[in-house]
Amino acid sequence: MKIAVCIKRVIDMEMRFRVAGDGASIDETGAKYDINDFDMYAIEAALQLRDKAGGGEVAIVSLGPVQAQEQIRKALSMGADRAVHLAADRIPSDGLAIAEALAAELRDGAYDLILFGKMSIDSSGQSVGPMVAELLELPLVAAVSKLDVQGDRGTAGRVLEGASETIEFPLPAVLTIDEGLNTPRLPNLKGIMAAKKKPLETRPARLGEQRVRTTSIELPADRPPGRIIGEGVAAIPELIRLLQTEAKVL
Amino acid sequence: MPNVLVIAEARAGQLRKVALEAMTAGRALASEAGGEVHALVAGPPGTAGLAPQLGAHGADVVLVAEHAALENYNGEALTALIAERTRTGGYRVVIFSASVHGRELAPRVAARLRAAYASDVITVALEGGSLVARHPVNTGKLTATLTTSASPAVVSLRPGMFEASAHAAAGRVERIEPVGDPSASRVRVTATQQGSSAKLDLSEAPIIVSGGRGMKAAENFRIVEDLANALGRAAVGCTRAVSDDGWRPHSDQIGQTGRVVSPDLYIALGISGAVQHIAGMRTARTIVAVNKDREAPIFKFADYGIVGDVLEVVPALTAAVKEARKGH
Repeated sequence: MKIAVCIKRVIDMEMRFRVAGDGASIDETGAKYDINDFDMYAIEAALQLRDKAGGGEVAIVSLGPVQAQEQIRKALSMGADRAVHLAADRIPSDGLAIAEALAAELRDGAYDLILFGKMSIDSSGQSVGPMVAELLELPLVAAVSKLDVQGDRGTAGRVLEGASETIEFPLPAVLTIDEGLNTPRLPNLKGIMAAKKKPLETRPARLGEQRVRTTSIELPADRPPGRIIGEGVAAIPELIRLLQTEAKVL
Repeated sequence: MPNVLVIAEARAGQLRKVALEAMTAGRALASEAGGEVHALVAGPPGTAGLAPQLGAHGADVVLVAEHAALENYNGEALTALIAERTRTGGYRVVIFSASVHGRELAPRVAARLRAAYASDVITVALEGGSLVARHPVNTGKLTATLTTSASPAVVSLRPGMFEASAHAAAGRVERIEPVGDPSASRVRVTATQQGSSAKLDLSEAPIIVSGGRGMKAAENFRIVEDLANALGRAAVGCTRAVSDDGWRPHSDQIGQTGRVVSPDLYIALGISGAVQHIAGMRTARTIVAVNKDREAPIFKFADYGIVGDVLEVVPALTAAVKEARKGH
């Protein structure tokens, strides 16, 4: 089983964000980075599928600046076999421009599965995985939270709003992975040592045309400061009054 | 003509609330631009019955595609149908709902058309020759403004951010044929399991009552459910810690890696207010929090905070809500 997992280096969401001087990007001074949360489930899924199939290869593909190699090494230390870094100084706002670069890399790879995290928690577009499927004309299942692969067929489950569904698909296919599918492993020391010797190729990302641009970034309007209206059961009459007369939601 | 195409999502023979939200947003955009708004609805035979409701929400034309293999969601058939219709109809903007299905379909359609795509937007407008849309990024801590002059532009609308409203329009039904054979799709939804109809979905509930680790045990969510029932039209959510512990299903999790909700009222019970959770509910109109720790970060966000033990406060609150809503 030959599987590609596309991962993204993302900024630590716990940081206090400031808008950079250009008004359209984040001031990343002092920021920390990690593998996008959802991509961890995709990596874990790929490792489990490879091991269950009794062999094959998990290739990590990541588009981003040279520093993304830190996150690529982490994925290799979890157990992936090799990696490709598609070098781009900045990751564009247009998912299609990214998808075109990834599709160009993946097209002739003869992968049985191409996995993505359901979404990147920074740009939150959920667009690149489905777009890669389209560009490669492959079957697509997005937001997978259950997965079983037998030979050249797969069965996936996903949760909808107030419902869920079961989906059957043939391989090769593109899947985007939701949380709940598995618990991603942590790299151990042996994995970290082994990762240093695993092949990591770098080539320039062949980004597509940018049709959409981020023209500004703002901090959302602050909520009014919080207010404690009282303690314990005694505060309930006041809460009911406020919900009826001030918030008008009751 | 700057016409707008709205993809109206239906499930189990009903239009979803997000479909009417998209209709209303599409109507506003088309009126502004001096064009028409067309709704496209696809489903099994009988789907044309949904057309009057789309007309009542502003559709000048309702394009109806009926086929037995469109009973369940059929991403490949829908991609082909919508892309083809967008090409031949010359639409300026194509509007989807940013639902689970919409977020699979919209980017795939955009890629097929090599169109610009703005995902999960909270506002959308045509300004001069450009489409301008705002989209929450970095778990809602920032809002990005996306601009494109490319045509067509494909957008998906965040559920709950556009209010559905009535706007009588012709709603002239035009039947369209699927492109290719919908029953030949490689990817097939073989089963759709509806949640219990009594259970309101988090994205559609005007009120959400949510519990965190402070509820202390899975069985204590009974009092969270009781409060939701007393409030009426309320759904129950939870934090990531709670779903990770298996107290509640993952699908109920609100936050950065779960559901993002914007209800009229959000009641946070025994929730400390970690960044990861706030990301999923900060756009709620009114936030109430009950927590025993006065220093909990949730109180920085709560319009109305009560410091106290949830196991004491919640049952009393349920009783008070029942009293206040007598006659409803």
